[in-house]
Amino acid sequence: MVGNLAEAEDLTQEAFLQLHRRIATFRGDSAFSTWLHRLTINVVLMHLRKKGLAVVSLDEAMEPAPEERAGRSFGAPDLALSGAIDRMALERAIDALPAGYRLVFVLHDIEGYEHNEIASMLDCSVGNSKSQLHKARLKLRDALRIDPRQEARR
Amino acid sequence: MTEDPNNLSCAAFQARLPELIGSGENIAAHPHLQSCELCRALLADLMTIAEAARQLFPIVEPPDRLWEQIETAIRKEQGGSDQR
Repeated sequence: MVGNLAEAEDLTQEAFLQLHRRIATFRGDSAFSTWLHRLTINVVLMHLRKKGLAVVSLDEAMEPAPEERAGRSFGAPDLALSGAIDRMALERAIDALPAGYRLVFVLHDIEGYEHNEIASMLDCSVGNSKSQLHKARLKLRDALRIDPRQEARR
Repeated sequence: MTEDPNNLSCAAFQARLPELIGSGENIAAHPHLQSCELCRALLADLMTIAEAARQLFPIVEPPDRLWEQIETAIRKEQGGSDQR
């Protein structure tokens, strides 16, 4: 989520400290792993917000985004990706995703969680998770179609 | 009203894509894709992105010293609260 090993280590420590402080509040309403994931994701979102990034609470992050891209993806057959994706360009594009999209994308496409697991972790519907993932991939596609051309002009 | 999968517009097909992809079914066999190059290209791109993402970040195990740091930080915090 943060794309940086040192920051990831700091956040791991903070998550375990939070766990230690709040373990008594775990009531067993959900699986412990779900509770811990949610706590950890909140730690990450708080950190990103402190860094001044346009981040939001977990609830806000998981609200369905406005249909800003509706109808955007069709009508452009000449812009398909060439097949090979530049790793750096993909990392940049993931970093630039809005928090809600990035969360679901990282959890599903990078870490391999299923939609029902993500829905439990983020306290959203399975449909919302699928929709956020799809929008994330569409945004990445847009970014990756533009990026190589800009690079080529330099 | 049920949509005829053989006669979907691109917009209607793409509106159903998140659910179709998430269902794990073989979307490549969907009737719309048999006749629509545009949506085939879109789907191929989305799958290429998902595949590239899977290979992006290696799973990194936290180093031993991190667990030691965490233990120290918890002890320190506990010590602080015990003194109150």
